[in-house]
Amino acid sequence: MSYLPYAVAAWLFVVGLYGIVTSRNMVHLVICLAVLQSSTYVLLLAIGYRTGAAAPIFADIPVGTPAVDPVVQALMLTDIVVEVAVVALILALVVQVHKRHGVIDPDKLRDLKG
Amino acid sequence: MTLFLGSAVALAILLACSFAALPPTGDYRGPYGDLVNAVTVPERNVTDTVTAVNFDIRGFDTLGEEFILFVSVMGVLLLLRPQGNEPRRRHEDREQGRPAVPISDAVRVTALLLLPVVVLFGIYVVTHGQLTPGGGFQGGVILATAPLFLYLAGEFGNFRKAVPRTLVHIAEAVGGGGYAAIGLACLGAGAAFLQNVLPLGSKGTILSGGTIPLINASVGLEVTGGLVLGLMVYLEETLELKEE
Repeated sequence: MSYLPYAVAAWLFVVGLYGIVTSRNMVHLVICLAVLQSSTYVLLLAIGYRTGAAAPIFADIPVGTPAVDPVVQALMLTDIVVEVAVVALILALVVQVHKRHGVIDPDKLRDLKG
Repeated sequence: MTLFLGSAVALAILLACSFAALPPTGDYRGPYGDLVNAVTVPERNVTDTVTAVNFDIRGFDTLGEEFILFVSVMGVLLLLRPQGNEPRRRHEDREQGRPAVPISDAVRVTALLLLPVVVLFGIYVVTHGQLTPGGGFQGGVILATAPLFLYLAGEFGNFRKAVPRTLVHIAEAVGGGGYAAIGLACLGAGAAFLQNVLPLGSKGTILSGGTIPLINASVGLEVTGGLVLGLMVYLEETLELKEE
């Protein structure tokens, strides 16, 4: 019964956002994006948590035992897959940008044309 | 600076308002979690409710999730494909202007010893997804680290020989298409798309859960193939760049 996990989620979100805004290296930027997205994991798990309840695995506990919400945990799994997809794609873009322009500082990327 | 402070304060107020409207952690209220927890074991003979949600109750969403991964791997392949105007270089794993560091025997032996353990553990996690925590996504990631151990244990050339690219492509395609094919087979059986039509088996066994273990295996194959493929193009790309 506390708001602490929400505070952690908010902190991760804000810290990741700050990192993205002030980043001077695109690889660093991608990692900050991953930190930002991990706030959603904490938020999802916090929403589905029930004090004193078991994990939603009924291999060795009887059905009917109070358990936490499995739906948000499954959503979190989707979240992780999306993050992998996003990070892989952006890193590939960073590799291409570095190959073509020789810089990975987003501010120095002036000669990028549409 | 003023802009930054202003936005920060606005964001803080927004976050505080939204979090204050949520029920405090530990005070779970939603009906869906309880419903799924009550229904999964009697109706599906599956003990891991998270896997049941992913591959049965919310199976259609997970099909989309799997294709997100598939498309992203395709995007990485497209972005990092060898381009015509680039000079081809030898694949050699060393820092530019420095002699290649020999791989120590300790790393070689440890990586080779860990390789079968990792493969076995990955297969275990994939196949027991409906019983205990795990499943296609988690086990697939573990399986995809196996080629990484192979890379650590030797030269990049050996890695390319040991992991045939065509095989990885086939694994990725079969895994990705398999999920959709299972869904279509359910249609063929006269049921809804991805409806669990197979016999459920007995609870606690490796084949329990009807279509769930099949979908699990197909996702495991797809994730393994996709991640190994991504790993391969990244390694090729970075090792190439180092040669410049």
